[in-house]
Amino acid sequence: MGFSEKRADYIESRRAPTSYGDKFFHWLTVFLLVFFAVVMVTPFIWLLSSSLKTQINIFQYPPQLIPDPIMPENYVYALTYKPFGTYFRNTILVAGLNVIAVVFTSSFCAYGFARMRFPGRDFWFGIVMATLFLPYAVLLVPSFIVFSRLGWVDTFLPLVVPPFFGGGAFNIFLMRQFFRTIPEEIADAARIDGCSEFGVYLRVMLPLSKPALITIGIFTFLFAWNDLIGPITYLRSPDNFTIAVGLASFRSQTDISWDLQLAASTAVTLPVILLFFLAQRYFIQGVVMTGLKG
Amino acid sequence: MSLATEPKAAEQGFWLTRQYNRLTLRQRRTLMGYIFIAPFILGFLFWWLGPAAVAGYLTFHKWNFLAAPKFVGMANFSKMLGDPILAQSLKVTIIFSAISVPLGLVFAFFLANLINAKFRFIAIFRTIYFLPSIVPAVANAILWAWLFNTEFGLINYVIRAFGGPKIGWLQDPNWVMLAFVILTVWGVGGSMIIFLAGLQGIPQIFYEAAEIDGAGRWQRLLYVTLPMMSPIIFFNLVIGFISSFQVFVSALLITNGGPQRATLFLVLHIWRTAFSSQKMGYAAVLSWLLFLILMVLSFIVFRYIGSRVYYENPGD
Repeated sequence: MGFSEKRADYIESRRAPTSYGDKFFHWLTVFLLVFFAVVMVTPFIWLLSSSLKTQINIFQYPPQLIPDPIMPENYVYALTYKPFGTYFRNTILVAGLNVIAVVFTSSFCAYGFARMRFPGRDFWFGIVMATLFLPYAVLLVPSFIVFSRLGWVDTFLPLVVPPFFGGGAFNIFLMRQFFRTIPEEIADAARIDGCSEFGVYLRVMLPLSKPALITIGIFTFLFAWNDLIGPITYLRSPDNFTIAVGLASFRSQTDISWDLQLAASTAVTLPVILLFFLAQRYFIQGVVMTGLKG
Repeated sequence: MSLATEPKAAEQGFWLTRQYNRLTLRQRRTLMGYIFIAPFILGFLFWWLGPAAVAGYLTFHKWNFLAAPKFVGMANFSKMLGDPILAQSLKVTIIFSAISVPLGLVFAFFLANLINAKFRFIAIFRTIYFLPSIVPAVANAILWAWLFNTEFGLINYVIRAFGGPKIGWLQDPNWVMLAFVILTVWGVGGSMIIFLAGLQGIPQIFYEAAEIDGAGRWQRLLYVTLPMMSPIIFFNLVIGFISSFQVFVSALLITNGGPQRATLFLVLHIWRTAFSSQKMGYAAVLSWLLFLILMVLSFIVFRYIGSRVYYENPGD
């Protein structure tokens, strides 16, 4: 049987009503999809439900799914028990400065790596890639020593100054990959019109890279919002705590009951989920860009 | 401000401009290149090489922050060799890594295949599967500490509803590792999305060709999907290994390293050595150890697994 006949057979078989095997497979897929969706979503429902229970109901067995009575007051107690307003301000300050730093300096460096030709470029890009695979944890103690010598402990400086130096290997790598997809001819046209390299970067490349910049901006913001190990290492006085440190300090105090811990956790998680729904496209794009263009 | 500088006659303008205009085109390009990557180079010197050098110096010293560092020679290294707590934390970290990375990889791959199906409401499922991975680490730790609660946790409730025993997830050293693996696997959404993007990038014609040749579902997975996905599997494997060596927040907040040091992950151990016990010299040695482990591990992964990866378009 030649190829064209095989192909015709194949097309015919696609038109034919699906076999029992296909039907079984279809329903198996549906079942598994729903099953794992329940598994994935249950912890969230449990979190929300527990956060709205009274201190007595939360220890009830068997547990209630829908709390009776519903206690939205838990959120008020939890968020005023510790100065979450201050934590929020601190977190926004740190996260905002990080976003500004990363968006500008990582794209700036990435432009050099993506579009300039000069001796030593590949060597330095090799270093970028090497630091990409070296986690923050390795440097935690050594950098603490350096920052404590600089007198930066219990200030935001260790958290906001380093990002201004290249904005992290990961973001440089990401922006470089993005820049390489922009046709060089556009930049050449700008150069012919008398634009300097800085002008090409600022006026041509940056405006064309908005999706990538928003993506790294969102990820940087999320990282700063979620990060515990940095702030817990450097910030000492409660006035300087970020949200993550404030929430973590709930855990170390035994007098704070589960309902309040869970209410505070929900309150910290909600903005992230909201951000996700507002900027879903950039989230997915960011994850995909990191995985596929390597 | 106009950023466009007209290259005027070489002898005009400020000293700096004149110097710049004297450079050859090649030299100018090099100069511009280094100006662009200067932030990274400076950052690398300040925040990587500098601290690494300080850590190198401290490995031979005893320092508690208060007094001046005291030279102790190789004492920190010999201490490392005979430290049962370090051995325990290495054991914990390696076991966790060896279980959670392959399991997470398989589960993420499986989920990606599920949500690659074509249904009307598939976008909702994709969102649901991805959401756990964006929960802030601290909130995640509190949530799971509550879910694994022996008396009132949902997980034990479900197990007991099916007639199972009451498990001391966070009190029993034999169970706590499994608890950590479960909460890690719950958050595989990121690698799942990467897998999904990879699956969608496989040309449909490969599957058609395989089907014409009589390949079944299983064979198409084995001979089309897996080879085409191997670079992405490899990428997720590397990322998974590296992050499995960095467990900190959940170990600190859920169990605080316990019970009986069963969750004393390496990063937590380093952190405590430095900031609870104030042994900066020893903590520096342990940081170097973590660095070496990750280097060796990356080398092994790249050398022995990386060479089996199939690249559709090699280069770049």
